[in-house]
Amino acid sequence: MEDKSPNPRELTQNPLKKIWMPNKNGLPEKHISHRRVCMTNCPTLIVTVGLPARGKTYISKKLTRYLNWIGVPTREFNVGQYRREFMKIYKSFEFFRPDNEEGLKIRRQCASAALNDVRQYLTEEGGQVAVFDATNTTRERRGTIIQFAEQNGFKVFFVESVCEDPEVIQENIVQVKLGSPDYTNCNTEEAVEDFMKRIKCYENSYETLDEVSDRELSYIKIIDVGQRYLVNRVLDHIQSRIVYYLMNIHITPRSIYLCRHGESELNVKGRIGGDSGLTTRGKEFAKKLSQFIQTQNIQDLKVWTSQMKRTIQTAEALDVPYEQWKVLNEIDAGVCEELMYEEIQENYPLEFALRDQDKYRYRYPKGESYEDLVQRLEPVIMELERQENVLVICHQAVMRCLLAYFLDKTAEELPYLKCPLHAVLKLTPVAYGCKVESISLNVEAVNTHREKPEVGTNTNNNNNNTFYLKAPFRTPKVTLQKTRNKIQ
Amino acid sequence: MDLEYVRRRRCDSAASVPQFCNSPTVIVMVGLPARGKTYISKKLTRYLNWIGVPTKVFNVGQYRRDAVKTYKNFEFFKPDNEDAMRIRKACASAALKDVAAYFSKEHGQVAVFDATNTTRERRAIINSFAKEKGYKVFFVESICDDPEIITENIKQVKFGSPDYIDRDIEEAMQDFIQRIECYKASYTSIDDELDRKLSYIKIFDVGSRYLVNRVQDHIQSRIVYYLMNIHVTPRSIYLSRHGESELNLLGCIGGDSALSPRGLKYAGALASFIRGQKIKDLKVWTSHMRRTIQTAEVLGVQYEQWKALNEIDAGVCEELTYEEIQENFPDEFAMRDQDKYRYRYPKGESYEDLVHRLEPVIMELERQENVLVICHQAVMRCLLAYFLDKSGDELPYLRCPLHTVLKLTPVAYGCKVESFFLNIEAVNTHREKPKNVNVNRKPEEALQTAPDHI
Repeated sequence: MEDKSPNPRELTQNPLKKIWMPNKNGLPEKHISHRRVCMTNCPTLIVTVGLPARGKTYISKKLTRYLNWIGVPTREFNVGQYRREFMKIYKSFEFFRPDNEEGLKIRRQCASAALNDVRQYLTEEGGQVAVFDATNTTRERRGTIIQFAEQNGFKVFFVESVCEDPEVIQENIVQVKLGSPDYTNCNTEEAVEDFMKRIKCYENSYETLDEVSDRELSYIKIIDVGQRYLVNRVLDHIQSRIVYYLMNIHITPRSIYLCRHGESELNVKGRIGGDSGLTTRGKEFAKKLSQFIQTQNIQDLKVWTSQMKRTIQTAEALDVPYEQWKVLNEIDAGVCEELMYEEIQENYPLEFALRDQDKYRYRYPKGESYEDLVQRLEPVIMELERQENVLVICHQAVMRCLLAYFLDKTAEELPYLKCPLHAVLKLTPVAYGCKVESISLNVEAVNTHREKPEVGTNTNNNNNNTFYLKAPFRTPKVTLQKTRNKIQ
Repeated sequence: MDLEYVRRRRCDSAASVPQFCNSPTVIVMVGLPARGKTYISKKLTRYLNWIGVPTKVFNVGQYRRDAVKTYKNFEFFKPDNEDAMRIRKACASAALKDVAAYFSKEHGQVAVFDATNTTRERRAIINSFAKEKGYKVFFVESICDDPEIITENIKQVKFGSPDYIDRDIEEAMQDFIQRIECYKASYTSIDDELDRKLSYIKIFDVGSRYLVNRVQDHIQSRIVYYLMNIHVTPRSIYLSRHGESELNLLGCIGGDSALSPRGLKYAGALASFIRGQKIKDLKVWTSHMRRTIQTAEVLGVQYEQWKALNEIDAGVCEELTYEEIQENFPDEFAMRDQDKYRYRYPKGESYEDLVHRLEPVIMELERQENVLVICHQAVMRCLLAYFLDKSGDELPYLRCPLHTVLKLTPVAYGCKVESFFLNIEAVNTHREKPKNVNVNRKPEEALQTAPDHI
């Protein structure tokens, strides 16, 4: 640490996120420190390994969705996709035969093209993690990737899925391969037969990650869909989080039910936040919810609520044990708690405008932002992944965050997802995504949804605003990138 | 009010561990001597207790020491020493009995059975015992053949053991090595084929590799995550509060004020102190509150802001003095004194909430090496309680004065603490528990221990 006399920089509070940042000449200085925690120094390349139908793409997509949700820009690169774009038409498994020179050449080209895109994403587009989704079943192919990563300063983390259970493989094929563009013109039996032959093409040259010869690599080997894991050389925070996540997900069929508390007293008064009780209609909803749940005949249903009166009152009507999570509490609106939107506009017009500019990152004074909410909800998501059938009775902003995770919504979309009162969303994982069924329980309630207003319809543009408008908030990605380029 | 409070506590999942908790769990350590079993046992127990899962270690060696008063030499552990074998088996049984009592009578949730458990036979006995009682079992095996690590272990913890207290170091080392040999012949590692129905984690070479099999539930998943994040690389953690703030001077709690002139001086002193420590690759963490960031700014190095490190939210009492709290919320004030750990400010947080909010910070501290955390009084108390294994009753009264740096260095099974007061005066913000915590107490009794201010 160099010897500097204490000449502390002035601090200003960023008006949107309420983050204290050092400033220079009245403008916020570029500084990495406004991120929660440095997840990664250099970008990370996750490389899947495994025979076809071992869940690689399932894992890739799910992991990507999770990382993006927690704020780590991630993208998956599916080599099979590149191949489909190049080849236009898939004829048969013969393309994958190890002695098909033409096929091998094309496949190698596709892998290179994908790696090129990876490089661009991680070095120029602000990506932090890239998931390279392909079989990568030979040491030679993995060696090439490791070299590529070394040249570009990326960390590599392998995720190998090993499974020999014929039932699991069959189910995989049925769930995701039959619907693949490769098999749109085949009947089921033909498709399955061809796919089994395709797997055979890889089997002879498959070299699994070896405990001894690959001991310097960082990897996780997932055996039999999560019965067993072998974890080697986890290097940093992000790899540790990835391992933890992969060890908590499962594929047992189940459903997650999301709903808000019944209509509350403050809801009908048009006020946000607070801790009020249910209205008569809200209680009606709770009763209907109980009936609904019973008709669903759900095995071993867990029920979770927040620690706010309205969700607990709703759960009480179900007459089953439930668990209260403080982290499921509604977003803290700080100084705006229990105000109506009209009152917020009157008393905090600037805040109101800022919120509409970037509803995801905007933090209420002495309160929270959606971004904060996501962070606080991460343990809920992790536990939801571990569990099977769960009913979560929560709040509008909270439900939007959870829904965004399951439906892979961006930060821009998240705060405007529609989560009306008195409706239940039933989420059922299927193939690579989530089936959503919306069930309205036919009990009237006020509407609490506020769309993003048209640009330019609001705001008192008094002089105080000028400062903020002149200094646009720079997103962390851009800032970090510039720093990274300088270092390299 | 009382009934509501009780009910809330009953259903209360402090959100870390699902409360409608299932069966108790027995964690069974496996491994040759000097493989870190006791280190892991104690650390894991400390962590679980901190996050609110009542856990206790049952160290069979301790039982043996109680039974056999004086330890002569390694011959006690020879596999053909029948008398000793009988004693050792009896000790293991006694420990298991205490495990059962801990679960049934003391509301324990996790018991860590710390012994070598190196034979399939012994492990089968424990498994049957657990099955019979309806406990879950999770094995933690530590495998290491690196002679340097083993020697270092022996030096760090065995020489100080009651077994070797009057021995010369060379002698002790030789005897311990012989002791390890006694176990080696009969050591059967957990078998990946034969034991595939068991739930376990195998830790290889102090964490460079792990094998995890059949994680059954939430608590086992958390245990695995924790074990995979801890390391034994020597390092130090520095804990400090922000410099004295404007609100500190006025005796107000909470808020987001700037540093006072003395606070700024402290920041400068902290910078000099840190430079003097010559720390390799120091990471600096602050909260999102102005006073910690101002303090970090003076260091002139990069720092990371964590919202999770923000001071406890005092809800309706934010920015009030203790006198104002007593005047406006006398009942709340009394309840807080009754149970300062669990008491939650209206529209605010409790220490218990704080601990859960800080769990990711602790996890990352475990992963990191040298770190300086600039935080706040309640937050620092929580972090300190984790490192020093303080209970929920002690935690809210730990002394964390302004302008003092605590340097924590892991050593043997615990943590060495060095306290550095950087010679810049500051107000006292510590309030002891008053004698009278009754709701109907007089204001003077409530404010008896409130610190002075402007």
